[in-house]
Amino acid sequence: MKKPILTALALTLGLALAQSVTLNGAGATFPYPLYAKYFDVYHELTGVRVNYQSIGSGGGIRQLFSGTVHFGASDAPLSDAKLAEFEKKFGTPAIHVPTALGAVVPTYYLPGVTQPIRFSGSVLADIFLGKIKKWNDPALAALNPGVKLPPLPITVVRRSDGSGTTYIWTEYLAKVSPEWKAKVGVGKSVAWPTGLGGKGNEGVAGLVRQTPGAIGYNELIYALQNQIAYGAVQNRAGKFVLANLASVRAAADLADFPADTRVSITDTPAPEGYPIASFTWILVHRDLDKNRAVKSAAEAQALAALLDWIVHDGQRYNEALHYAALPEVAVRATEANLNSLRYRGQPVLPK
Amino acid sequence: MRSRIYGKLGDRAFTALLVVLGLAVMLVAVLLAWELASGGAEAFRTFGFWGFASGSAWNAVAEQFGAWPFLLGTLITSAVALALAFLPALAAAIAIAEYAPRWLAEVVAYLIDLLAALPSVVYGLWGIFVLVPLVRDRIEQPLFLWSAEHAPALMGVLGPPTGIGMLSAVLVLALMIVPYASSLARDAIHMVPRDQREAMYALGATRWEVVRRVVLPYARGGIFAGVVLALARAIGETMAVTMLIGNSGQLPYSVFGPAATMASLIANEFAEAEGGLQLSSLLAVGFLLLLLSLAVNLIADFILRRMSVGEGRK
Repeated sequence: MKKPILTALALTLGLALAQSVTLNGAGATFPYPLYAKYFDVYHELTGVRVNYQSIGSGGGIRQLFSGTVHFGASDAPLSDAKLAEFEKKFGTPAIHVPTALGAVVPTYYLPGVTQPIRFSGSVLADIFLGKIKKWNDPALAALNPGVKLPPLPITVVRRSDGSGTTYIWTEYLAKVSPEWKAKVGVGKSVAWPTGLGGKGNEGVAGLVRQTPGAIGYNELIYALQNQIAYGAVQNRAGKFVLANLASVRAAADLADFPADTRVSITDTPAPEGYPIASFTWILVHRDLDKNRAVKSAAEAQALAALLDWIVHDGQRYNEALHYAALPEVAVRATEANLNSLRYRGQPVLPK
Repeated sequence: MRSRIYGKLGDRAFTALLVVLGLAVMLVAVLLAWELASGGAEAFRTFGFWGFASGSAWNAVAEQFGAWPFLLGTLITSAVALALAFLPALAAAIAIAEYAPRWLAEVVAYLIDLLAALPSVVYGLWGIFVLVPLVRDRIEQPLFLWSAEHAPALMGVLGPPTGIGMLSAVLVLALMIVPYASSLARDAIHMVPRDQREAMYALGATRWEVVRRVVLPYARGGIFAGVVLALARAIGETMAVTMLIGNSGQLPYSVFGPAATMASLIANEFAEAEGGLQLSSLLAVGFLLLLLSLAVNLIADFILRRMSVGEGRK
C-alpha cells in the first residue's frame, strides 16, 4: 500500500526537477511591476520559474558581478569603465537587453493652477541649481503665457537615495545645461546644490504634495498612478510635450540606433518625442557559461528564450502597465544581440 | 566544594553551552566590526581616517567622500532629541511610580511602552502627514516671517520653513526615545527600598522632598542607564529620520533646513552603490557609526560606575 504512493511521489518529484528551471534575477525597482507580470505569464506558458528581487539597479549589477544571479536589471546602462571591468573580469562582454521605456516628469504642487505648467530644459536646470527661486520668475512666466503663476518660493525636492530616476533626470539636465554638467554632473546620486531629499518615488511625491510651491521629479508611471500634477517639457524641436506612452515611444525611435542598445534618448531629436525618457535594461553575460549562476546548458537556453519572449510577445503587456513598448529599431538590435548569446561556444537561441 | 558542585556532567555541559553562546555573541560583534572596517578600508586609505571623518564633501560623481556632515547630523539630532525627551520621560516615570493611582499608572505605563513597540516607519508616516504640516504652519513659518521682519540675521540660522528638516526629525526622534528613557527610570524608581522613603517621611518630609532627596538620587543609576539606551536608539534610528530630515549633507545646517545622519545616508545610498569607492565609503560610515556607538557606551559605562549609589554596586 505504501510503496506505490512513494514511487509515484518519487516519479513526480523527479519529473518536476527535470522540467522546472528556475532563473534568478535582481536589480531595478522601476520595471518591477512589469517584470512581475512578465515572469508570471511566462511561468504559466513554459513552467520556467523566475525569481526577481527588486533591490535596485546598483544591487543588481553588484550581484551580476559576483555571479549570484542569472541576469541583472538596470535603469542605467553600464558605463564604459564598468563595461571594461566586466569584460576583464569574465572574459566576455555584457549584453544589454532593453525591455521597456520609462519617462521622468517634473511634478509640482501649485495650489490654484490647473493647467500643466510648461518647462524648458534650461529652466529646469536653473530651478534645480537653485538659481530660479520663485514660481513667478520671468523665465517661467515667459514659457507660460496666460497662466497666473503665484509668487511662491520654489521648494526643490529630489531623490535622496541613489536611483535610476535620478540618473535619467541629471543626464537630461547635463545635456541641456553646461552649468549643470560642470557643477553637478550625472549620476544615480549626485551632490545636489539645493533642496530636500525624499527617499524613493513615494518620498519625493509625498514631499511634493505636502509642500505648496514644491517641484520634484518622478517616474511617469508613479505620477499617473497617484495623480500628481506634472508639467510639459520643451523638446529639442521646440515643442512642449507632455509625457505619455506615445511621446515616450516616439523619443526612442531613433534613426541611428547603436548595436549594443546602450543609447541615451534624453533630449531626443524626435520632433514628437518627450525629452526625459530612457530604456530600462536586463544585463547578461554573452558567454553564459562565464556566469557562475548559470549551471547548465538548459538554464542558458531558458534564459535566452525568456529574453527573446520579453522583447517580442512580452511587449504586449507593457502598455497596460503604463510602460512604453520597445520601438522596432530596438527590437531589431536586440535580436542580433540575443543571437550572439552562447554557452560553451554553442549558440543558445535556436535560429 | 566548588569542584564537586560544578563537576556534574549536566552542569559542565551547561557551562560549556553558555561559554560557547557567550563567545559567539562576542565573535559576531568582532566580525561585524571587522567586515565594516575591511569594507571601508579603501575609503580610509584614499582619504585617510581623519580626512574621511572630517571631510565635508559627499559627491559620488566626483568620487569625493567625507563623513563629517553626517557625523555632525547624527550628533546634533540625537543630542537634541535626548535633551527634549529627558525631562518628559523622567516626569512620566515619577508620575507613574510615585504619584498616579494604580489603575492610571498601569494605563499610562502601558501606553508609553506601546510607543516603543511602534515600527519607526509608522512614526515617519505620522511625521510626514501630521507633524510636518503642523510644524511648518504653526512654528516655522510664523517664526520665519517674524525674523524676516525683526531680525534678518536670524533667517540664515532658521533656514527654509518647509517643515521637512532638522526640527521635525528631532521632534519625532524625541518622541520615539521617550519610552526607553522612561521605562528604565520607572523600574529604577520602583527599586528604591521602602524603608528609605519611610525614614524620610518619618522625618516629616513632603512627597516632593522624598522624591527629590531619596528617590531620584537612589535611582539615578537606572535613570542614566535609560538615557544611554535612549541615546543609542537615537543614534541608530534610520527610517523615521530618513523620511523627515530632508537628506541633504550640505553644511552649514540650519534649524528648519534639511540635514542628514550617518544612518540615513547609508539607508539612502547603499542599494544603488555599484561598488568601488562609493560602496567602500558607505561601509566606512558604518564603521564610524559603530565607533560612535561604542564611544557613547563606554562613556556611559564610566559615568554609570561613578554615579551608582552604595558600595560601587550596579
